[in-house]
Amino acid sequence: MEKVGDYDELVNLKATELRLGLPGTEETISCGKSNKRALPDDDTEKEIESTGKTETASPPKAQIVGWPPVRSYRRNSIQTKKNESEGQGNYVKVSMDGAPYLRKIDLTVYKKYPELMKSLENMFKFSVGEYFEREGYKGSDFVPTYEDKDGDWMLIGDVPWEMFVSSCKRLRIMKGSEVKGLGCGV
Amino acid sequence: MTQDRSEMSEDDDDKQSPPLDLRSAAIAEPSSSSSSSSVVVVVDSTPNKSRNCISSSSSGSLTSQPFPDHVLENVLENVLQFLDSRCDRNAASLVCKSWWRVEASTRSEVFIGNCYALSPARLTQRFKRVSSFVLKGKPRFADFNLMPPDWGANFAPWVSTMAKAYPWLEKVDLKRMFVTDDDLALLADSFPGFKELILVCCEGFGTSGIAIVANKCRKLKVLDLIESEVTDDEVDWISCFPEDVTCLESLAFDCVEAPINFKALEGLVARSPFLKKLRLNRFVSLVELHRLLLGAPQLTSLGTGSFSHDEEPQSEQEPDYAAAFSACKSVVCLSGFRELMPEYLPAIYPVCANLTSLNFSYANISPDMFKPIIQNCHKLQVFWALDSICDEGLQAVAETCKELRELRIFPFDPREDSEGPVSEVGLQAISEGCRKLESILYFCQRMTNAAVIAMSENCPELTVFRLCIMGRHRPDHVTGKPMDEGFGAIVKNCKKLTRLAVSGLLTDQAFRYMGEYGKLVRTLSVAFAGDSDMALRHVLEGCPRLQKLEIRDSPFGDAALRSGMHRYYNMRFVWMSACSLSRGCCKDIASAMPNLVVEVIGSDDDDENRDYVETLYMYRSLDGPRKDAPKFVAIL
Repeated sequence: MEKVGDYDELVNLKATELRLGLPGTEETISCGKSNKRALPDDDTEKEIESTGKTETASPPKAQIVGWPPVRSYRRNSIQTKKNESEGQGNYVKVSMDGAPYLRKIDLTVYKKYPELMKSLENMFKFSVGEYFEREGYKGSDFVPTYEDKDGDWMLIGDVPWEMFVSSCKRLRIMKGSEVKGLGCGV
Repeated sequence: MTQDRSEMSEDDDDKQSPPLDLRSAAIAEPSSSSSSSSVVVVVDSTPNKSRNCISSSSSGSLTSQPFPDHVLENVLENVLQFLDSRCDRNAASLVCKSWWRVEASTRSEVFIGNCYALSPARLTQRFKRVSSFVLKGKPRFADFNLMPPDWGANFAPWVSTMAKAYPWLEKVDLKRMFVTDDDLALLADSFPGFKELILVCCEGFGTSGIAIVANKCRKLKVLDLIESEVTDDEVDWISCFPEDVTCLESLAFDCVEAPINFKALEGLVARSPFLKKLRLNRFVSLVELHRLLLGAPQLTSLGTGSFSHDEEPQSEQEPDYAAAFSACKSVVCLSGFRELMPEYLPAIYPVCANLTSLNFSYANISPDMFKPIIQNCHKLQVFWALDSICDEGLQAVAETCKELRELRIFPFDPREDSEGPVSEVGLQAISEGCRKLESILYFCQRMTNAAVIAMSENCPELTVFRLCIMGRHRPDHVTGKPMDEGFGAIVKNCKKLTRLAVSGLLTDQAFRYMGEYGKLVRTLSVAFAGDSDMALRHVLEGCPRLQKLEIRDSPFGDAALRSGMHRYYNMRFVWMSACSLSRGCCKDIASAMPNLVVEVIGSDDDDENRDYVETLYMYRSLDGPRKDAPKFVAIL
C-alpha cells in the first residue's frame, strides 16, 4: 500500500472525501456510524481527476476517520451548544449509479426538497431535471430515488417533506433506464 | 507449539492459564523441601469446616512428611484467601493441580480482559465463588469509529450464565460492552445482593434499563455510568430508587444525555447518608447544584453538572455558591463543568486547597480564568483539562502542582489543522515542575524532541506516556527531524514505562528503540508511523512484555506480521488497520495457530474476497471463534 504521506500532495481530496456534513463545510461531525475513511484508494484517485474541485479556497487536509483519537462522546460534549439541534441528525447513505463510492448526508440540515436536490447535484455533479407531479423527473438521465421504511423504492419528491424525512432509509440516484416503474408516487 | 511460560506478562490479567491442556501443566505434589520457608498457617473460623488446627514453628519446614491432599487444600484455602492480586493468584494456580483447584474455589474477583478469550461456561466451570466480575469487550480503537457498530461484545451470554452460577454476585464492571435493557433487567432480577454496577464506554441500553436496576437492586452501593451511550427512553429513573434510606455510596450519571427529575434527585440524595461520590449530568443547573451541596456536605467526589443556568437569575436572589462549596470540606475530587459559565468558577475556590483530582476537560477555560484557580491546588495529583488553558496554564500547573501524578490535556478543537494552544513549551514546563508525574496524555500540534527528552529525564516515575501530535507525520517543529529521539529517550530513561502511544514523524529507528528498551511495555499504540516492516519487527522481536498492540495506517505488511507468530499466544490482542496486510497471510497465521482467533473486519459495503485486509483484529481464545460474529467480520 502506498505510503500515507503521498496523498498529502493530492489537491482535490475534498471532492471525494467521505464525510458527514454539507459540502462546503469544513467541520467533520463524527456520528459514530461512519466507517468509511477519507483516505483514497486506487479507485477514488481516478475519480479525483474527473470530478474536479468543489471549493475555490485552498482545501485543508481531509479529515481522517478517528483522527485525532478523541472519543466521539468527548467530541460531542465539547461541541454541544446551548441551543442544540433536535437530536443527532438523520444520516442516510447516498449512492449514485456509476459512482464507486458512497456518501452520507444528514437529512435534518435540509428544510425542503429543492435544498436537498441542490446538495445532491453538487455532491455528485449531475442535474436532476425538473420534477412533475405525475410524470416524475424530466430532462435528465438521472433520477433521485429513496428507499423507505417498507423497503420500497420511491421517487424523491412524491410525498410531503416531513414524511420523506421520517421514512427515508437511503437514497439512490438511478440512471434513467432503471426508473420506469417509479413514475407514480405513493 | 511450546508455551514459554516465562514469557507471560507478569500481570497477565486474563484468568486463563496458557492454552495448553492443564493436565500437561500438572506438577507433582510438593513433598520436598524446596517450597518451604517459614510457613505460619492461620486457621480461620469458617463455621462449616472442621479441620485440624495446623501450625508450624517458624523454623520448621513442612518437609518431614507429605501432607494428605485434603488437609493441604484446607490449608491452602486459608492462605490463598489473602491473595488479592490476580497475578499472584494466576501464579499460584500454576503450581500444581491441587493449588489450581483451591485457587479456583477461592477466587472471588475475576478479571477478563477480552470477552472473546473464553466462553462464559468456562468461567463458571472453573470458578465457583465469584462475587465480583470485571469484563472488557471491544478493542480500544473501536472508540474512534474504526469498526462498524454491531461488532459484538454482548453482555447477554455472560449475564445469563452468571445468573445461574453466581446468585451471590455483587459487582459487575464492564468496559466497551454492548449491554441491553434486558441484560440489566436480568441482572437486577438474578442477584439479590447486588451492590456495584460500573459501565464504562458501554452502549445498547437506556434509562429504562437503569430504572430497573435502581428499583430492584436494594443493596445497591455503586451505580457508575461513565462515558457510556445511554438512550433517553424518557423514563424518570431517579424516581425508581426505593423510598427508604439507600445504601448508595457512588452515583455517577454525567454521561446520561437526558433531563432528570431534580426533585426526585434531591430526595434521593437526602436519603442516602452514605453517598460520597455524585456526578451530575449537564441537565442539572448551578442553582440545583447549590441545593444538592447544602444537603450533602459529606461528599468527597463531585461532578458539578452544567455549572450554568438557563434563565437570567435575579442577582439579588443569587445563591451564595462559594458558601455551599465551603461547606463541602471533604470534596477532594471535582469534575463536570459541562457548560461552564466562567464567571461562576471562583465559587470553587474554597475546595481547591483540598483537591487531589480536578477534571476541567469539558470546559473551555482561558489561561486568565484558570490561573487563579490552579494556584490554590497544591495537593493536586490528577488533572484533566482542555488545551484552552494554553502553555501558560500548564506553566501555572507546573509551578503549583508538585504532587501531580496524572495529566491529560485534550484538544478543544480536535482536528488536524486546528490552532494548537499547547506545545513543547507546556510539556517542558510540566516536566520541570511535576517530577512525580506517572501518567500523561497530551494532545498538541507542535512538539520537539528536546521537550520529550527533557520529560524522560525529569520524570523517572512515568509509567504511561501518550503523546498525540495531531498533524500526521509531523516532525520536530524546530529541527525538522523525526520524533525518533524523543520517543527513544522515553523508552530508554523511563524504566517503569508500561504504556506508550506514539505520533508525529517516526522512522524505523524509533521502533528499534522501542523494541530494545521497552522492557516493561505492555500496551503500544501506533498511528501513521514507521517506514517499513522492520519497524514492526523490532517491536515484535523485542518488547518482552507486550500484551496489547494497536496499529493503524502504517506501512507494515505480511513479513512483519509473520515475525510475531512466536508470541501472539502471549498477547491479549493485536489490532492492525489500514496497513499492508494480505488475506492470504492472515489465513496462514490462522491455520498455524489454532488458538488464535483471526478476525478480518470489513465495512458494510466492501465486496468480499478482497485480498487487502482493511482491519485485522486477532486474539487468543480458549474456546475457539465466537458464534456471534456479524457478516462483515470474517473469522479465518
